[in-house]
Amino acid sequence: MKMLLRKLPWLIGTLLAVSFFTFMLVSLLPGDPAVLILGAGGVSPEAVAALRLELGLDRPLLIRYFDWLGSALTGDLGRSPMTGQLVMDAILARLPVTIQLGLMAIVIALAFAIPLAMLSAYFAGSRLDRTISGVGFALMSVPGFMMAIFLILIFAVNLGWFPATGWIPFSVSPGANLKNALLPALSLAMIELALYMRLLRTDLIDTLQQDYITLARAKGMPSWRILTRHALKPSSFSLLTVVGLQLGGVISGAIIVEEIFALPGVGRLLYQSILQRDLLMVQGIVLFIATAYVLVNFLVDFCYSLLDPRVRYSD
Amino acid sequence: MLHKRTPQKIESRAQNFARALQQVFGRGFGPGFWLASFWLFVVAFCALFADWLPVRDPIDPVIANRLNGPFTSNILGADGLGRDILARLVHGARVSVVIGLTAVSIGMIIGGALGVLAGYFRGHFERALMAVLDIILAFPWLVLLLALVAFIGQSLFAISVAIGFLWIPAYARVARANTLSVVQREYVLAAKAMGASTPRILIREVLPNVILPVLAYGLVAMGLVIIVESALAFLGLSVEAPQPTWGGMISEGKRHLATAVHVAVIPSVTMFLTVLSLNFVGDRLRSRFDVRESNL
Repeated sequence: MKMLLRKLPWLIGTLLAVSFFTFMLVSLLPGDPAVLILGAGGVSPEAVAALRLELGLDRPLLIRYFDWLGSALTGDLGRSPMTGQLVMDAILARLPVTIQLGLMAIVIALAFAIPLAMLSAYFAGSRLDRTISGVGFALMSVPGFMMAIFLILIFAVNLGWFPATGWIPFSVSPGANLKNALLPALSLAMIELALYMRLLRTDLIDTLQQDYITLARAKGMPSWRILTRHALKPSSFSLLTVVGLQLGGVISGAIIVEEIFALPGVGRLLYQSILQRDLLMVQGIVLFIATAYVLVNFLVDFCYSLLDPRVRYSD
Repeated sequence: MLHKRTPQKIESRAQNFARALQQVFGRGFGPGFWLASFWLFVVAFCALFADWLPVRDPIDPVIANRLNGPFTSNILGADGLGRDILARLVHGARVSVVIGLTAVSIGMIIGGALGVLAGYFRGHFERALMAVLDIILAFPWLVLLLALVAFIGQSLFAISVAIGFLWIPAYARVARANTLSVVQREYVLAAKAMGASTPRILIREVLPNVILPVLAYGLVAMGLVIIVESALAFLGLSVEAPQPTWGGMISEGKRHLATAVHVAVIPSVTMFLTVLSLNFVGDRLRSRFDVRESNL
């Protein structure tokens, strides 16, 4: 609890800086938002000036920032001048898709990475280890969009097992939803998988050389039990941290994967808003994503210190 | 039995150097390493001499050749507009290589310099820099990149700068960590005691010991930069048409997945091999130069 109080100012400072950075990044984009909204050609300067006044664009940058931040704190990110939709509503409507995609990807990646890393670490240096590591190495050289295209080619175009595009909400039909989500989640998972596996393998090899593992072995404990109970536990902390830090990668991947599979997620919304120069929408989404990312990593850090006595006491 | 001593061999400087080179490169790299190096050499060669190589015009659409398969009148086939895929690969290599080199250099020089300064001077500067880097890292890379590209445009140089900017935090961290460990060494203290100026200490004592671990990540970083650029190109936000890019070619090929698979597969394989080679060679060189790993 004490640690939470001590870290809270740091968290608030980071979030403030993130919001300021987001605001500046989007405000500095070229093009007058008022001109963009009204359409470039043949608009009278008076109309542009009137809209600028209405949007509050005539006021100084800093005042606009605090104004925007103030309403953002109450959950109001403004209304998109392009679609007339509330930015917060648009994000929340699309959030479930992205969260489901990200969670599925992480779960799939972990489900494969943990057993493979354990095998690899236990038989370190063997042919099996080299094969697993080699495949992981190759996977890390494949960009997410390439993975997505090859999964579409194999499972949608050639085999026809899964649809190539589209989305059905889980509440409408769970089966169809999972069928739609599997290929996108898989293309995200493949890249994460290689990363998790590589890290966990190194970590496990290190742990397996500790004295208490030798002791457990001397006691006659079966190998699989040593691996799962004694070796995996300390490594799981570093794995948790990496999963948290990699969230940025998952979100970046989601933008591309949602676009390829035409999924109605936050990532696609962001991409489309950037293409349409819907600045307020871009601003809102970027702030939302960055805030979520900072908060999740803060929570991971916090859980880490709660669970791991080594960190708690050294701190 | 008489012990016959061979006369002491006095090695010239050149021989010494040759032997050192042999020790580093000669043993244990295996054929994979040389194969990967050769591929990288081919890609670099294509990028450098794209205009003079005997390939077709990469942007000339020949409708008769539309979606030609490999080994027809187009060696690697033609895309949906009838443009020669081999020619586009060769010219697309230029984008990947130029952006790879420029972006990594930008990240390495700016990030490395900031990291060394932070590690040497500590204090407020270090804390402020680390805080700013943390904030940059709080944005998913693609989000940041899309915003940067929207801001500074889509020329070859602008894309390189935007991607290079993404690498500043990582390089600053590596450089800072290495500087911190170097600064505590006796020879730095000795230099200080002898009254060497700060720039002299930084350049003569600190930099040579920091630069190798920073350089060691260069090739692997370049592989990642190529992936990032291709993702951008895939979204249609990298260097603008008509300049061919590998990511753009894959994006174009996606439309013909059902009828002409090679349009997407050939650039994909080319890019995969390039990134794989960079990772492979980079990883090998790093473990060779890493004192801790190579048991020197």
